[in-house]
Amino acid sequence: MDETVAEYIRRTVLKIPRDEIKMMLQKWGFLSEAQLQTLNFHQIKDNISQEVVQLCEENSADIKQAAALDIIYNHIYQNKRMWSVYQMKKSGEELEYFDITDFKKKFKRRLRSALKNVTITFKEYEDNAIWIRVAWGTPHKKPNQYKPSYVVYHSQTPYVFISSSVLKSTLPLLCQALIVASNYHDIREMELRSHSLNSLKDIVFKRYSQNFQTDTPKPLQGGNVETENADIRIVQENKSEKERIHRLNQEVFGSGPQPKLEFAQYRLETMFKSDPKMDVLDKKEPFRCLVKFSSPHLLESLKSLAPAGMADAPLSPLLTCIPHKARNYFKIREKKGLYPESFVSP
Amino acid sequence: AVRGRCADVRLSALSLCPQFVGSDEELQRRLAETILQEKKDFNINIHLATSLPLPSERDHLRPRIDLVVFMIDIKSKYSLKNVETSLAYVDASYFLGKVCFLVTGVGRKNDCSIETNAVCKLGEAYCSPVLFCELELEGVRVATAQRLVRMLGICAGHIPGVSALSFVSLMRKSNDD
Repeated sequence: MDETVAEYIRRTVLKIPRDEIKMMLQKWGFLSEAQLQTLNFHQIKDNISQEVVQLCEENSADIKQAAALDIIYNHIYQNKRMWSVYQMKKSGEELEYFDITDFKKKFKRRLRSALKNVTITFKEYEDNAIWIRVAWGTPHKKPNQYKPSYVVYHSQTPYVFISSSVLKSTLPLLCQALIVASNYHDIREMELRSHSLNSLKDIVFKRYSQNFQTDTPKPLQGGNVETENADIRIVQENKSEKERIHRLNQEVFGSGPQPKLEFAQYRLETMFKSDPKMDVLDKKEPFRCLVKFSSPHLLESLKSLAPAGMADAPLSPLLTCIPHKARNYFKIREKKGLYPESFVSP
Repeated sequence: AVRGRCADVRLSALSLCPQFVGSDEELQRRLAETILQEKKDFNINIHLATSLPLPSERDHLRPRIDLVVFMIDIKSKYSLKNVETSLAYVDASYFLGKVCFLVTGVGRKNDCSIETNAVCKLGEAYCSPVLFCELELEGVRVATAQRLVRMLGICAGHIPGVSALSFVSLMRKSNDD
């Protein structure tokens, strides 16, 4: 067995928490049940990984199998990666039957024609998701297994979720291979990113309960606001105001849990305007400013801003449009007439 | 605590009524509950509000207010702004010792977005004491509650020989040192 393969398997095993190693090896299915029985999982991880490598040696594992184990790990720990959503577009309306073997064949052929040294691995999951792992090399170097790209593609949708390699130059190749393989014409980044792959899917597949602006607000039932105090000696003066906030919040965010995003970023590209008489800063230079909101759970925090009394309701549409517009990275340009003053800082 | 409210004095000897104005409602509620748990020889009814003026439709239900506590979250500029605009609706007579500023969140120095100085200036401008506390800490919350209950007693004229005005001048003396 190749030494780099052995080392890669060893390092992958080391990444797995000890009490999950057995489960992941079973999912991998490369080692037989009898072989798994011989493994001692009650020792330090370093020793477990050595034993696993030994067994792989017996089965003469190659990089394909090692990559498969890596996909299994990343599928379970998908939140460790940063995911970005891409949308593909067709030129015509022709509907084609999706053939997975054809997709794989075209994808491989396209990538290999551009770059010989790549490791491409596919794995299909029950929810119609195809996971693709690509490790990149150069014309003269073997693929670097430690800096791969991951792609999650749902064949019935135009959306692709990419966790790209730190090797940035590989992204155009990857995008090209994707549109060729899936018979699309064009691909663009949606400016929607998060660690939570499932939340991104919830947003683009519209799987969470959001009442869009067109919906008529449902009448609020009395006593629905959870600010009722048990103690009658505490009087809440702004009850009706609170009910208004609650209603507005429901309209904007819906009643369900929010998808998990960690950031919202607004880049200003507006001109600085001042009195022409003052003759200062009257340059044609854009006013550079970057406003970044971050939170372990951004949309839930935004949702609780007004009820917690930290901001006025309703919040700026710039903040609440995130799931609706399916993007959390924005550029604000002159024409729209939006200024940082319209933000509410949490 | 609204302009004109003072004409309508309904003195119920054993019921004191502080009013909390502030935007962090969770903290407000917790402090109110702690105050009610305090042992004291009078009843307390607490009114919570996010900002002033108070909604007028409840005017007839509101007893005389004895003390107005403005809560400022040191982590939020919004809360300071809110208090500053609310101050305009307080009857001038309240500034003779029946208003205090309660600055919360001072336990987390790194998250401060308001300068302490700005709050102290506010206290000076309105001749009212400024208290600093961290309500997230149980011990400090209890101590703050006790302190407010004592002040409330004074403001309502329950402590013989100490008026709200004399108390607030005492507080000022210590501030000037």
